[in-house]
Amino acid sequence: MLLRALDYARPGSVDEAVGLLAGREDARALAGGQSLVNVMKTRVASPELVVDLNRIDALRGIAATPDGLEIGAMTTYAAIVDSPEIAAARPVLAEVARTIADVQVRNRGTIGGNVCSNDPTNHFPPLLAALEADFTIRGADGERTVTADDFFEGVYLTAVQPGELLTSVRIPAKEDTRDGWASITLGKDGTGIVNVAATVRGGTARVAIGCVAATPVVVTASADETAIRDAVRSADLDPPADVHASADYRRHLAEVLAARAVADAR
Amino acid sequence: MSEHQVTVTVNGERYEREVEARKLLVHFVRDDLDLTGTHVGCDTGNCGACTVLLDKQAVKSCMLLAVQADGAEITTVEGLAADGEQTPLQRAFSEHHGLQCGYCTPGMLLSATYLLSRNPQPSEEDIRRAIQGNICRCTGYVNIVKAIRAAAGA
Repeated sequence: MLLRALDYARPGSVDEAVGLLAGREDARALAGGQSLVNVMKTRVASPELVVDLNRIDALRGIAATPDGLEIGAMTTYAAIVDSPEIAAARPVLAEVARTIADVQVRNRGTIGGNVCSNDPTNHFPPLLAALEADFTIRGADGERTVTADDFFEGVYLTAVQPGELLTSVRIPAKEDTRDGWASITLGKDGTGIVNVAATVRGGTARVAIGCVAATPVVVTASADETAIRDAVRSADLDPPADVHASADYRRHLAEVLAARAVADAR
Repeated sequence: MSEHQVTVTVNGERYEREVEARKLLVHFVRDDLDLTGTHVGCDTGNCGACTVLLDKQAVKSCMLLAVQADGAEITTVEGLAADGEQTPLQRAFSEHHGLQCGYCTPGMLLSATYLLSRNPQPSEEDIRRAIQGNICRCTGYVNIVKAIRAAAGA
């Protein structure tokens, strides 16, 4: 468990962090560290410069605005669970954050790290895809905002380029939308086998399925079980098979959990 | 490649050390500060035997670089008891047989301390959730939960 030798920097501002990340090819941002430190232990990733984001206050915080919720990328799962703003505006975020791993991981792990690492089994990619969140990215050239459809590009790949930082996520106001989440995991709060987020407005459901492809698979259908299951079947999922589940079982779970997430939406 | 000056307060005592950036906090605590009560139980951040309080929050010290703790306050298992007197929590673990080999115990004590600092009257469900990040291979958890319950009731 000895990491490769590395340089470490602890910037105090987003601009400083972006400068450090852009200035060196082998630099990686350190957010919660609950994924990155692990891969560094096994030397699957050995960045030469680790840029610690944990002292950048501008990246933390949860603000309720008329447009919805603005969540800083370095906001921890624990802060999301405890947030009165989230409980009032979009409680599904806290309900899902509460199911990630364990207390210690939730005290450090961040929403930004969760979406930027974009492991196919992560919670926030399908949830934010269903909620139609926006992602604000800062680079040396300035700032841009990307939709959920465009943010998730591939396994461990997002629209955040080398030398850039995700700074915040915006979740639209709930209004009359109902939100749902359903998942089957390895043990209680373990890794997802299949997870599904759903938003229902009027009679229409938007469903985002995780763990079945490189990025969340989004389908829309009218919010009844038959239509949902047909839509998931028509998505022609090609999920991975592994020691935890066959491709067929994941395909089956996707249908069941999509229907369940829609039925449970509130 | 880079060495850094780290200043930490551990169990109320201030330490200044020079560390390699790659050193994990758990190794710093054990090897540099000689506080070997915090254990390394896995390589993967799953078992929680390395749990400490960092600025009052329960964290896995094998998932942090020591340099990240610069300026922080840390509590390890050695810091729970004042003057060698066991805390009610430690006594409860002893009385309710909440340990066998003792390897997970420091981590369990820190997680329980964190729980009770935020929720002095936890339900059984609260307790089980609070130690979800701490794996025990010996006890089957039943007596650990009993011990924490007893400490909360005390």
